[in-house]
Amino acid sequence: MSEELFAQMRQAVIDGDSAASAALAEQALADNVPPLDAIEKGFVPGLTLVGEQFGAGDLFLPDMMLAARAMQKAIAILEPEMKRQSTQRHVVGRVVLGTVKGDIHEIGKNLVGMMLATSGFEVHDLGVDVAPERFVSAAHEHNADIVGVSALLTTTMAGQRTVVEQIEAAGLRPKCRVVVGGAPASSTWASEIGADGYSEDAIGAVALIRGLVGA
Amino acid sequence: MRPRFELLEPALIDRVVDEALSLLASPGVKVEEPEAIRLLVGAGASADGARVSIPEPMVRRALDTVPHAFDLYDRSGRPSVRYGSGAVHFDPGSSGVSVLDPETLETRASMADDLARITRVADTLPAYDAVSTAVVCHDVPTEIGDLYRLFVCLANSDKPIVTGAFTPRGSGAMLDLLALDAGGRAALADRPRAVFDVCPSPPLTWSEFACRNIMDLGRAGVPAEMVSMPLAGVAAPVTLIGSIVQHAAECLAGIVLHQQAAPGAPIVWGGAPAIVDMRTGATPMGAIETAMIDGGYAAVGHSLGLPTHAYMGATDSKVIDAQAGLEAGLTAVVGALAGVDLISGPGMLDFLLAQSPEKLVIDAEAIGMAQRLLRGIATPTATLATESFEAAGAEGRFLELPETRRLFRSEQFLPSRIIDRSSRRAWLDAGGLDAFGRARLRVEELMATHPLPVVDAAVAASMVACVREVGAPFGLGDALPGVPEGFGRS
Repeated sequence: MSEELFAQMRQAVIDGDSAASAALAEQALADNVPPLDAIEKGFVPGLTLVGEQFGAGDLFLPDMMLAARAMQKAIAILEPEMKRQSTQRHVVGRVVLGTVKGDIHEIGKNLVGMMLATSGFEVHDLGVDVAPERFVSAAHEHNADIVGVSALLTTTMAGQRTVVEQIEAAGLRPKCRVVVGGAPASSTWASEIGADGYSEDAIGAVALIRGLVGA
Repeated sequence: MRPRFELLEPALIDRVVDEALSLLASPGVKVEEPEAIRLLVGAGASADGARVSIPEPMVRRALDTVPHAFDLYDRSGRPSVRYGSGAVHFDPGSSGVSVLDPETLETRASMADDLARITRVADTLPAYDAVSTAVVCHDVPTEIGDLYRLFVCLANSDKPIVTGAFTPRGSGAMLDLLALDAGGRAALADRPRAVFDVCPSPPLTWSEFACRNIMDLGRAGVPAEMVSMPLAGVAAPVTLIGSIVQHAAECLAGIVLHQQAAPGAPIVWGGAPAIVDMRTGATPMGAIETAMIDGGYAAVGHSLGLPTHAYMGATDSKVIDAQAGLEAGLTAVVGALAGVDLISGPGMLDFLLAQSPEKLVIDAEAIGMAQRLLRGIATPTATLATESFEAAGAEGRFLELPETRRLFRSEQFLPSRIIDRSSRRAWLDAGGLDAFGRARLRVEELMATHPLPVVDAAVAASMVACVREVGAPFGLGDALPGVPEGFGRS
């Protein structure tokens, strides 16, 4: 019975069908399927498959985006019941993301956020034009393993250094690592400002961050 | 006859403009600058916070005052870039952050000397009607990066300059510097030497800085060039036509704000849109669909009688290889056929991140070919062929005819040695170099023979003083990298 439901959940995520994934989540609750099982045996395998095919170049960003959406929709429905049962998903790591102050570019950061979320990370996206203090307070609040700082402009990338310095000053390191990304950044720049890593694309960012948290 | 190329039918252009106008009314444009919002609301727009709804009559009024043509002038006062004249012009792509090292084939952070080199190569090649602030100078304090790039261009070239400011303070000092070069603010407004790129943010947003910039440029009478960049499928609709509509809406909003601040000031319908590669999220500048969005919005601009600009002639390849040649060449031809007034992008590699003087000299050949294509097939003789046959006689001695000697230079584009047309033996004798190898030699030749601009000593000294004064608080040292020895200094 549950196996069939899990197969449908997997397929709903692969199809990027949020309406179907939501309905299946509701059904799991009605059938008393443990919500953690629904997520980890039903929805997650679908997303893993989509992620693998994306990595192989057979699926594309819109496929990933809609699959992630379908998964989020289901989790939102299952979460209250999980809380009630005091169960918790296994989280690979906690990531705080944002674009530096003065910079409003977010496409690259959003891709990284989506790919991390689909790889089992808990992602807190602070948006764009984020002041260094907000990176610090969010890292504190969410007990972040990683702070990811994006900048597209050569004129704003200096803000990445400020974030590194303030995370350091707040005493959050070495537990919390800072990684940087964006068109003008480079690994040379990352080491110059004392960041813990750099990737030039979203796929590399996931690999980098997995490595940093030892996943 | 000039070859015709129609990407959008007139009826479709009307639909683009209609949908752009309706987007401006609802949901409207996000305007992140208080004075700009006040200006727009004062003229009939309505605002809900930063979300500004612009009614169609306001757009029509702005389109009535915006100039349909204007020129950029070189140092001698000759109009060199004639926006709206029907001619297609090219300049090197702007604001790379690195250069391709021809020795190592690696990229490294760009310096002021690199900008000087790119500028001098573009200055000496007739394919380029303007130079540009092609790279960021990493050896100069960031705070004066925009001013210093302009300074390097002014010191190394007589051609018009495509540039842009990084901060509101930057644009003020840049206008001061241009005024010194032109002989005063009035002379600068009268015969502008530079055009300033101003970028709305996709989708449908005019940031605080972009608003400030476009209003300041308008009021100074200095030409502004909007660089709208819908990214199809990510920061714009996935369809090419949907991105063209978004481009129109962003640029129409910019024109309304600009003309409200300074009616009659010159402004260009430009952009750097791209499709998005759905495997990597990259924004390929060499994609044919990117060029089709460019050609499509240029057709919309033409229908409104506006001067146009686009980012074409670039490649996403990391080195100068077959991909670089075909992407730069194809997109340059599409841009030329689309009648874009000014095409930026030559020299650029790797998603506009890297510049290369070697690519610039190769692209100059593609531009020569594109310009030749635009001149079309001419009819310079009374009969198309009959009289030539009569004159050539039974043996067909065409090579001996005076008309052959007289006409071949206009019938053919004469490429430089970048384009190899020698025999295999002669090619081997000359070193058996590929296009990149030949380009390296040509850059060295051009650098050795390029005459530096002759600038009045007092004017040059005043420009040096201006840059030093602005730069000193930010740590600009005595050395002025990228500026020829003796320029403004004894």
